[in-house]
Amino acid sequence: MKHHLLSSADLNREDAVLVLDTAAELLSLADRPIKKLPTLRGRTVVNLFFEDSTRTRISFEAAAKRLSADVINFSAKGSSVSKGESLKDTALTLEAMGADAVVIRHGSSGAPHRLANSGWVRSSVVNAGDGTHEHPTQALLDAFTMRKHLGDLDGRRVTIVGDVLHSRVARSNALLLSTLGAEVTLVAPPTLLPVGVDTWPVQTSYDLDSALDKCDAVMMLRVQAERMNAAFFPSAREYSRRYGLDDRRFRRLPEHAIVMHPGPMNRGMEISADVADSARSVIVEQVTNGVAVRMAVLYLLLSGADLSRTDLPELDSTKAEVVS
Amino acid sequence: MTAYLITGANICGADRPADLLLYDGWLADPAEAPADAVRVDGTGLIALPGLVDLHTHLREPGREDAETIESGSRAAAMGGFTAVHAMANTDPVADTAGVVEQVWHLGQSAGYCDVRPVGAVTVGLHGERLAELGAMADSDAQVRVFSDDGVCVSDAVIMRRALEYVKAFDGVIAQHAQEPRLTEGAQMNESAMSGVLGMRGWPAVAEEAVIARDCLLAGHVGSRLHVCHVSTEGSVELIRWAKSKGWGVTAEVTPHHLLLTDELVATYDPIYKVNPPLRTKADVEALRAGLADGTIDCVATDHAPHPTEDKECEWAAAAMGMLGLETALSVVQLTMVDTGLLDWAAVADRMSVRPARIGRVGDHGQPIEVGAPANLVLYDPAATRVVEPTTLQSLSRNTPYRGMDLPGSVVATFLRGRATVLDGQLQ
Repeated sequence: MKHHLLSSADLNREDAVLVLDTAAELLSLADRPIKKLPTLRGRTVVNLFFEDSTRTRISFEAAAKRLSADVINFSAKGSSVSKGESLKDTALTLEAMGADAVVIRHGSSGAPHRLANSGWVRSSVVNAGDGTHEHPTQALLDAFTMRKHLGDLDGRRVTIVGDVLHSRVARSNALLLSTLGAEVTLVAPPTLLPVGVDTWPVQTSYDLDSALDKCDAVMMLRVQAERMNAAFFPSAREYSRRYGLDDRRFRRLPEHAIVMHPGPMNRGMEISADVADSARSVIVEQVTNGVAVRMAVLYLLLSGADLSRTDLPELDSTKAEVVS
Repeated sequence: MTAYLITGANICGADRPADLLLYDGWLADPAEAPADAVRVDGTGLIALPGLVDLHTHLREPGREDAETIESGSRAAAMGGFTAVHAMANTDPVADTAGVVEQVWHLGQSAGYCDVRPVGAVTVGLHGERLAELGAMADSDAQVRVFSDDGVCVSDAVIMRRALEYVKAFDGVIAQHAQEPRLTEGAQMNESAMSGVLGMRGWPAVAEEAVIARDCLLAGHVGSRLHVCHVSTEGSVELIRWAKSKGWGVTAEVTPHHLLLTDELVATYDPIYKVNPPLRTKADVEALRAGLADGTIDCVATDHAPHPTEDKECEWAAAAMGMLGLETALSVVQLTMVDTGLLDWAAVADRMSVRPARIGRVGDHGQPIEVGAPANLVLYDPAATRVVEPTTLQSLSRNTPYRGMDLPGSVVATFLRGRATVLDGQLQ
């Protein structure tokens, strides 16, 4: 793997499988009374969050702590950033503090690229969501969840529904899932598909019903009701009727298909409450898997492991130690 | 005043080397060179009429941290320019006779080139009320080019009235064609690239829709329209169509739109952030073809200096614009001459003769012949250089060509017979 994880495109198939396999080993930790490994002791992970995202931040924080890394949470709100400090000066400060990895969430697409490639920091940069660009660890945890339920993703059909245009989750999933051999179909009203989507390694459709019959997993994206103010769709009701996963559509899914959502959900908008809470919904499990996947990413980036190799140290329980 | 005798230069690339005498501000008969004339060896050099730029941002008054009229005109001289037009989006805006006269006089006292102020079309560039265009035209600055560049005159009635009104003093409206609603929050060309990079797109149609409307308006009222920084294939077609109607439409293209494409945005380095944005390879090819066949009249730099901190940040927070004055002729050589699309006589036409005519800049863009004003550039097309931002005369460093090998170098620039650049050094 590269020094950074900025985009799902940074992962070839071998890299991606290694992250997922590593995450599977690490997930077994969660079932143990002592959830901690000493692997990253003495390493510092900075969570640099320019946007509020408690869910993603605590997921990375839990991941780093379970690997015994020191964690610094740097939230842009109430910090010098809100007083006009530039990304560059923030980065230089973190570098001076000796950060080994910077996990960055930023409202501007490409901010993690800037951080990683500008020469401001030497640390590994992990993209925890940038603008409307990408969110690669979300895609990894989604792929991980699918693998658990569906096995190898080669040839599996995944339907991703909703605001693809503004969704970093959709971009990262489209790239990663096709790298892993899945057949991805993006479903959205034409206004919410990006220009040039025909060059992506996916199928597209404007019709949700026709994309449900044969899919193995359906992923509903969060849709902000405010989008209707910019005329992306006429009303929340109409969106819900045409693109929401309601009980009627849910019944058309194959028996084995799973229902996913990156959260936070708009119940009643893109997904009905009954579907969200159904036995085939893996939405809560996605959160659990998020910690394991982020542990794998931090572990592989920071322990200096070359992701093209597979000689991982054993993660047996004797190496777990008690840390108060 | 020092006289200069240039020996053996190729005038506009002509095969036969010739001598040129610059005497007392004019081109004179070389046979009458005074004994104390400074001799300049023109062997292998191309002599062009001093270049004229219809589109620069010199930032003064208001943003003297980015550029001043003096530093900008030094950059212009180093680029081979003897006249530049300074856009009106300063602070205060150049929308009164007072501001344009200040800019004009500052340019004259700097003395590196003629700085022709562009007057704002509307008060404060707000697009609502016409600025006092006549007062600016009648001032010492003798403004003939009016533009709200940076923003589009999007109101069709205001645009119509402006086009009509400037006919009284032979003015031209230079339009920054950008439909505002279609480009709200736009960050880059709308293309497959913007979809992948997750950036708000600036679609070609937002430029083309305004150009189509303005060409129709110019035809309707019989006035002169100049289209700034044309960037798309469709725009070239529209302008070609308007010209075929015989309407008074002219257009410019920037050096960066002749060379760079939106694929560079994948670096997320805001050095490539510019308005209008870098487009696709197909657009670049159409722009080159349009400049070659004369559909696009001229090259204008849209020189847009920005201080380092406005570019050393994340993309969305960065300012739009790039430097252009000191690299323009080299980029034109690379994209147009070395590709066989233009010869040097045509370069003189696109970078001096036609822009001077559009801007009504009387003593620039004249043929190189005895009796003409001695505005001249000597250029070595065989030289090469690596662009190093810290060596530029501009106060800013935001050149997209940093580290690139560019062909050619300006050896000397003469403004009314006085050397502003000699032996490649600013005088």
